[in-house]
Amino acid sequence: MSTEALRIALVGNPNCGKTALFNLLTGSRQKVANYAGVTVERKQGRYTAPSGRVVDLLDLPGAYSLDAASPDEAITRDVCLGIAAGETRPDLLVCVADATNLRLHLRFVLEVRRLGLPVVLALNMMDAASRRGIRIDIAALERELGIPVIETVAVRRAGAKALVERLDLAVPLPAMTSASDADLHAEVRQLLRAAVSMPSRTAATDDAIDRVALHPVWGLILLAGLMFLIFQSVFSWAGPLMEGIEGGIKLLGEWSVATLPDGPLRSLLNDGVFAGIGGVLVFLPQILILFLFILALEESGYLPRAAFLLDRLMFKAGLSGRSFIPLLSSFACAIPGIMATRSIQDPRDRLTTIMVAPLMTCSARLPVYTLLIGAFIPQRTVAGLFNLQGIVLFALYVAGIASALGVAFVMKRLRRDRSEHALMLELPSYRWPHPRDLAIGLWERGWIFIRRVGGIILALTILLWFLSSYPAPPEGATGPAIDYSLAGRIGRWLEVVFAPIGFNWQISIALVPGLAAREVAVSALGTVYALSGSDETVAAALGPLIAVEWPLATALSLLVWFIFAPQCLSTLAVIRRETNSWRNVWIAAGYLFGLAYVASFITFQITRVLSG
Amino acid sequence: MRLSELLPGNTAVVREVEDVGSADPIARRLRDLGFVAGEPVRLVTRGPVGGDPLLVQIGFTRFALRRSEAARVWLQSDGAGA
Ligand SMILES: Nc1nc2c(ncn2[C@@H]2O[C@H](COP(=O)(O)OP(=O)(O)OP(=O)(O)O)[C@@H](O)[C@H]2O)c(=O)[nH]1
Ligand SMILES: [Mg+2]
Repeated sequence: MSTEALRIALVGNPNCGKTALFNLLTGSRQKVANYAGVTVERKQGRYTAPSGRVVDLLDLPGAYSLDAASPDEAITRDVCLGIAAGETRPDLLVCVADATNLRLHLRFVLEVRRLGLPVVLALNMMDAASRRGIRIDIAALERELGIPVIETVAVRRAGAKALVERLDLAVPLPAMTSASDADLHAEVRQLLRAAVSMPSRTAATDDAIDRVALHPVWGLILLAGLMFLIFQSVFSWAGPLMEGIEGGIKLLGEWSVATLPDGPLRSLLNDGVFAGIGGVLVFLPQILILFLFILALEESGYLPRAAFLLDRLMFKAGLSGRSFIPLLSSFACAIPGIMATRSIQDPRDRLTTIMVAPLMTCSARLPVYTLLIGAFIPQRTVAGLFNLQGIVLFALYVAGIASALGVAFVMKRLRRDRSEHALMLELPSYRWPHPRDLAIGLWERGWIFIRRVGGIILALTILLWFLSSYPAPPEGATGPAIDYSLAGRIGRWLEVVFAPIGFNWQISIALVPGLAAREVAVSALGTVYALSGSDETVAAALGPLIAVEWPLATALSLLVWFIFAPQCLSTLAVIRRETNSWRNVWIAAGYLFGLAYVASFITFQITRVLSG
Repeated sequence: MRLSELLPGNTAVVREVEDVGSADPIARRLRDLGFVAGEPVRLVTRGPVGGDPLLVQIGFTRFALRRSEAARVWLQSDGAGA
């Protein structure tokens, strides 16, 4: 324990299992998924070697070459060369390679070997390799490469034991070579001849699945069906669970209120906490179902296939197949989606993807959509199969996607630089998602949501309750107290701006805390209505309440508003960080606000005329 | 023949990757991915819309390449159409 920590960095091609190995060694839970470009920033962790020595382990983005072509590869290059700002060069590199993909991965190993740092090669995915009958002569590989070679299985509990033990011993510096880049390929072929025997170049199952999944007709049908299935199930499967939660909250609310004397505390609990927070917590099942699908798709290896199928269409709209995964992640939340654009090589494609990512319907918008759809769209079966409410939800998602394509198209038109855009996207092997990993992923997602509800959403709701309750009404006031409060006054003032698109003052005031977290719009409406209602209203009652209070035109206008409106400060902050420009933030916020206002205005006015 | 002209299901051998303009980053990346002289490539399939992008097997890996990217890869004539 006397020596200082050993600094080790994990490097290697994309999707070879670096992060899985990192998680196994350090006990972390960084994101692991089956496509290239999952890790886009450096992550640090720590473990203690059997000798007692502390190891600082660095997980890096995957790179095809140290000649970086995208922002995430540049991070890896800078750390390897020791030129990363505020970072000392690692003492040792663990180069991870996928044993089923050695033709590609060994070239990078050779590139890393030239760096002048001690290197250990971790041959990962040995389980998959032996299943496919790939035999690797480790001793021969070690001899030819001149560096230690250790087999690992990063997804098994004891899969990195040998690696940990080897890293505890001294690792020599590899002999310096001055091979040119062309020689590297020749050397890889030589290595493969000497040490690897492979019955076939590809996995038979991959070929079989791809014959359908990438088929020009069946492939597209499968993709469309899959997407539709996700949206239908988010709406219909979640129903019973949501009713359960709703009932539970209602009971809890009634019980806790009954035991309290009338007064501010009772109002805070009833109108603030239960009406507000309860209204958001109800959406946990929907969010979990959405994430279950996203997690399973990410691990299956299907996502890059979808990118392949859609590349041409996305290219015509000014995007790229590479935008697909960042945009799909944005359905969960635009923030990781925008981060994921780091794996896009072309700076123009990357910027366009960042700018349209907020148009993807993030999970924080689900509560708002569900509330409004539940209140205003009748529960009917269409064509004997589909749920009308599910169809409306699907349409809202499609509207977001369509407007993203439209905006990207305009950006493409406005751009002067018409040079070629790169794709060059790797399609990984298919893999069964491990139920355990899915469960852990869901558990984490659920916790994040609950922490959000108990943290920022609760805080904002309580704040709004205060603003809506004070200053207290003067002696002899007749209207509800909220009319005299600060929030009531701000709401009336905002109403001037929002009246043309049909928002009353309650909606206007609820939109303000929604800037910090979109779900708060729902809890805020719950609180505002609970305080302005004459009888006691709890969360569960918000839907029926607005169904009678609001005209249909207002509800539709608010739905449309949420497709576009840039009401998420964290997203704007990430745009600032990732593009390093305030100008882009202003452009994004400006165009989203403009689109939201115009679209809601049109929706409101037309619906008003049609519904008389 | 160029890789972009290869028919689906066919295998050929790479002759060279041509730079478009000077210091072409796409050509450089293609070479890093294994498109070098003597390497067998297979055109697995084409994208559903306009036959673009192409799915190419090189080494043990599959890449989706746009037509314009694949057009940088020249194939050896004797391997063509085999
Ligand atoms: N069968 C098997 N699968 C593995 C093994 N190690 C990792 N995987 C899977 O390989 C995929 C990629 O793993 P990651 O750890 O995300 O790969 P990475 O190298 O960090 O990828 P990037 O961050 O994109 O560079 C995931 O689907 C893992 O579940 C292994 O030893 N055996
Ligand atoms: Mg990773």
